[in-house]
Amino acid sequence: MAKKEKMLSRDFMKRRVLNNWQLYLLLVPVLAYYIIFHYVPMYGVTIAFKDYFPGMDLAEAPWVGFDNFSKFFDSYYFGRLVWNTLSIRIFQILVGFPLPIILAILLNELKDGGLKKSVQNLTFIPHFLSSVVIVSLLNMLFQRTGVVNQVLGFFGHDPILFMQEASWFKPLFVLSGVWQNMGWNSLIYIGAILSIDPALYEAASIDGATRWQKIWRITLPCLMPTIIIMLLMNLGSIMNVGFDKALLMQNDLNKQASDIISTFVYERGILEGDYGLSTAVGLFNSLINTALLVVSNLLTKKVSGSGLW
Amino acid sequence: MSNEKALKVRESGSDVVFNVVVKILMVLVIVIMAYPLVLTVSCSFSDPKLVMQGDIWLLPEDVGIKSYVNVFKHDRLMTGFKNSIIYTLLATSVNLVLTTCAAYPLSRKDLVGRKVIFTIILFTMFFSGGSIPLFLVVKDLGMLNTPWAIVFPTAINTYNMIIMRTFFESTVPDELLDSARMDGCSDIRFLVKIVLPLSVPVICIMVMYYGVEHWNEFYAPLIYLSRRSMHPLQLVLREILMTASAAMTDAAGLTEQMYEVEGIKYATIVVSSIPMIVAYPFMQKYFRKGVMIGAVKG
Repeated sequence: MAKKEKMLSRDFMKRRVLNNWQLYLLLVPVLAYYIIFHYVPMYGVTIAFKDYFPGMDLAEAPWVGFDNFSKFFDSYYFGRLVWNTLSIRIFQILVGFPLPIILAILLNELKDGGLKKSVQNLTFIPHFLSSVVIVSLLNMLFQRTGVVNQVLGFFGHDPILFMQEASWFKPLFVLSGVWQNMGWNSLIYIGAILSIDPALYEAASIDGATRWQKIWRITLPCLMPTIIIMLLMNLGSIMNVGFDKALLMQNDLNKQASDIISTFVYERGILEGDYGLSTAVGLFNSLINTALLVVSNLLTKKVSGSGLW
Repeated sequence: MSNEKALKVRESGSDVVFNVVVKILMVLVIVIMAYPLVLTVSCSFSDPKLVMQGDIWLLPEDVGIKSYVNVFKHDRLMTGFKNSIIYTLLATSVNLVLTTCAAYPLSRKDLVGRKVIFTIILFTMFFSGGSIPLFLVVKDLGMLNTPWAIVFPTAINTYNMIIMRTFFESTVPDELLDSARMDGCSDIRFLVKIVLPLSVPVICIMVMYYGVEHWNEFYAPLIYLSRRSMHPLQLVLREILMTASAAMTDAAGLTEQMYEVEGIKYATIVVSSIPMIVAYPFMQKYFRKGVMIGAVKG
């Protein structure tokens, strides 16, 4: 009986597959894309365990085990790269994470009108600018004759070479990122606030709650699930620091602070052709990323009931 | 409505102070957001000499469009513009087609193997081979120094694909498919004639996400396009930026040419952002929606 049912269902499946052949046809180029540009490079990480140089056949390159990794771990750069990458990202989360939430809450406190609209529309604009433009803006504001140095000069301070000094790299990198993405990142919270039941606010008003109290007792608790999910997603990307801006802001003088894993891979791999070492460094980064993503996704699932999967 | 009324009744002393504080903070946000943008536009219309001396604070002085004229006379920049337009149109079209090809079948609950295929795709969000192996693949395919290197390695953004799939799942009713099937409509025909016309909002969101990404793209052209004549706008802009800042650290006097480069820099920033500014009102209609769909399936 059960066997017959199975046969039947298999038959049914087969018919469904045949009926939907056009859907599979659509998926052919899609799978080809994922195989060629994602899965083949995954096989390519074997370079990390080989002594491979440009022009060589990958299959013929000799295996060297973990040599490339130990070369990296023992090198002077290892500590600096990991520290820079991590500290920039943590700094980014510490500053860049709360501000969009605060912006969304404050915007919600404004009555609909010109001010609210202008803040909303204006704060999204920088999100659409390229990193090259952002770095140009930084240069304009912070160069020797820039506005910031003129203000410093007005208070009798000597000009600071912001773009050249290592100690200023991280603050400028992080704060320009906050400037660029604060409005965009606040959208999700604005949406979440809009879905809060207005009856809650009415009830609180009748009980004589001040607006400050309403923020603490209603808005924030209602936002909590969204905040936690966003925070976990942020933690999942803790090794991802934007390559473009870091490379664009990098110069010989600030390298102590601006050398991050992705710029190192670019420099050693693409520019110098040391594929083995740079692939190993990239793999090291990927593995940490994967582990963090899996953990943060599990936690998100626990909190919200639905993760990325 | 009633919410506002209740507020008015209850507007106590502390609430008035609160209101004022919020308004001041918001004005401050506006100033911080707008100042660099306004200053850039002002610098682009001012005499570059004044800009370099740091005389422009907010409004342009010695107003002129000389810098803009110089931008349009700058061969490299014009090639950059042309390349950027070509790459953006080409890559965004490929993105749209392939993302739809992935999103639609995966939105169909009757697709056998849907879970397996989706897992294969999703796995790439969690682990990647890194940039060097990808570079070698692109190189082995002979795509270096061709527009395909910009188009294909990022042909589908999995996150965007999930947004699109979620949209299809939630807006295309199953009954529609059933009745179309009854009339002998094939899957591809159904997708083209019925699903896509229903999906204008999500298509706009995709055009916006992918379009902005490609217009601003820096990394892919940097590593895949070494031939200068193929450089898109962002790489040319970077070059101008670097020469300008190199000139800044060089103490050997400021020549007329350096002033020119300085002016070109600001004018190019403005011109390169024009497509975005033109598209902005159209995009605005949909992008909130896009973020929300993304949020549901975050």
